[in-house]
Amino acid sequence: MEYVALQLFNGLVNGAFYALLSLGLAVIFGVLRVVNFAHGALYMLGAFAAYLLLQDFGVGFWVALIVAPIGIGIAGMVLERLLIRRLYGLDPLYNFLLTFGLTLMIQDGVRLRYGLQGQPYPAPAELAGSVSAGLVAYPTYRLFVIAFSIVVCVAVWYVIERTRLGMIVRAATERPELTRALGINVDRWVTPVFGFGVALAALGGVLAAPMRNVSPLMGSELIIFAFAVVVIGGMGSIAGAVVAGFLVGVLASLAAIFNPALENVIAFALMAVVLLVRPAGLFGSLEARS
Amino acid sequence: MLAVLPYAVGLGAVLALPRVMYPVLALDILLWGLFAMSVDLLLGYVGLLSFGHAAFWGLGAYAAAIAAKSTGVPFAVAALLGAGASALLALPFGFLATRRRGIYFAMVTLAFAQLVFYVANEWRDLTGGENGLHGVPRTFPGLSLGRSTDFYYAALPLIVLGYALAHRIVHSPFGHVLVAIRDNEPRAQALGYATWRYKLLAFVLSGGLAGLAGGLFALGNGFASLDLLHWTTSGQAVLITILGGIGTLWGSLLGAVIVLELRDALTSTPELSGVVTGAVFVVIVLAFRRGLWATGRDALRRFAAPAVSARNVD
Repeated sequence: MEYVALQLFNGLVNGAFYALLSLGLAVIFGVLRVVNFAHGALYMLGAFAAYLLLQDFGVGFWVALIVAPIGIGIAGMVLERLLIRRLYGLDPLYNFLLTFGLTLMIQDGVRLRYGLQGQPYPAPAELAGSVSAGLVAYPTYRLFVIAFSIVVCVAVWYVIERTRLGMIVRAATERPELTRALGINVDRWVTPVFGFGVALAALGGVLAAPMRNVSPLMGSELIIFAFAVVVIGGMGSIAGAVVAGFLVGVLASLAAIFNPALENVIAFALMAVVLLVRPAGLFGSLEARS
Repeated sequence: MLAVLPYAVGLGAVLALPRVMYPVLALDILLWGLFAMSVDLLLGYVGLLSFGHAAFWGLGAYAAAIAAKSTGVPFAVAALLGAGASALLALPFGFLATRRRGIYFAMVTLAFAQLVFYVANEWRDLTGGENGLHGVPRTFPGLSLGRSTDFYYAALPLIVLGYALAHRIVHSPFGHVLVAIRDNEPRAQALGYATWRYKLLAFVLSGGLAGLAGGLFALGNGFASLDLLHWTTSGQAVLITILGGIGTLWGSLLGAVIVLELRDALTSTPELSGVVTGAVFVVIVLAFRRGLWATGRDALRRFAAPAVSARNVD
């Protein structure tokens, strides 16, 4: 029973990362119709930024949690302006391929400079140790990750679904021409939205740094899981990305109780089932998105 | 007569290849070319970008390696077993993936390929896990295949058969239906075609060709390893296809020459090879989407317009 509770928490932690990454993917896809393959590499850059801030400047976790996502988000906006923008008129597959190329460059570029060896990153002192969470004692930092991720996801959902800004973004997503005709400058929102999605990936990276070794390939498998999550949740659906993220995380960890080999497989099995019974995804609608 | 000329020239080039370069590299070029062709069969003629073809390439490699190691069957049988295994795997994957199109199809195939990667990683008894399978034998009754050059020529008939099959598929009535689906699927449906069946069959054939290439790759190089199944391998094949030219089939061979020569030159620093490959990807997608084949063909036409006009008939 204790093991089940432990795995439940582990699943929520994994789900927190899936949700943050898929959320960023969904926000970017919703507005730009770009599936950002480089999302995993940008997550890795977030972790590296935190690591370098500490190593070279002595800047700690809490500052990195703010500074790294902003810095990488700005880098993302530059990327959008310089490269991604050029391919908007074409099949979205070209931007998928472009960001794939960027992924290889970023990952192996970092590898060239820092090697494959994972670098440790200390958890902030305030969150050291563990607390008793029901049946088991669980590391404080990991509980913080779960809580923080949920707060971020709810905040993003609130902004997009409940505020005027979100209304404009959603309108621009669903009916760009009509939105323009109503006098709203849609193009103005494209670059900031991309930067924001990238910042979410970097935020996930900073959060991951104290838990997982900071290494150039830390995002290379996560991105594929995020893709599966996005397909399960329904592409472009904010709520779908978050719910499916936590769902996949928890189910995978619980499945690992029966057989550890199942942990990595469950996300893709779930995706197969969703494709079979509800191809648009749990929260998706086919006609609006195809 | 002129219509046959390009094929004769191509065959001559393929026969001469191991004389002008390291035979292992020559074989790898032909096999990556076939692999990329199988990607092009879907991308160029059905309009589906598979980002998970490493699953078929890798499964073909593992199946052929296991067959050759455990039963000692002739290499051709092992390679065909690899092709069969991959075609079989392509059936359920294709059934599910062809329910989505465009970017979703790419993501779904990518995810399924990663599933195969994890299964191979976990199933250590069969696949050797992270170590992979080494010392894969290649035999054929009456032939000694120890030297790479000998294996190159022994494998050539199967490779050419693979090319011919791809070529035949594209130019058959079935292939024309595929193109109709690519251009306008609702219209093809309205004309009475059960389009999903065509897409599924194309996917299975493509998977089988990738498996054949992967099986021969494992036999030629004597190993099968996990990185054959990794998503970067799928990306590599897509890169070769696009560099060569989408929907040109033969362009994939040109693309394979460039990418593999490049990789060979950078073999001492694999990280740098990743950076360069990524940069090539970015440049091609931004500025060279037509690919080598179409660019070269147009240059040839401008250069020798009358000679080529006869070719337009076919």
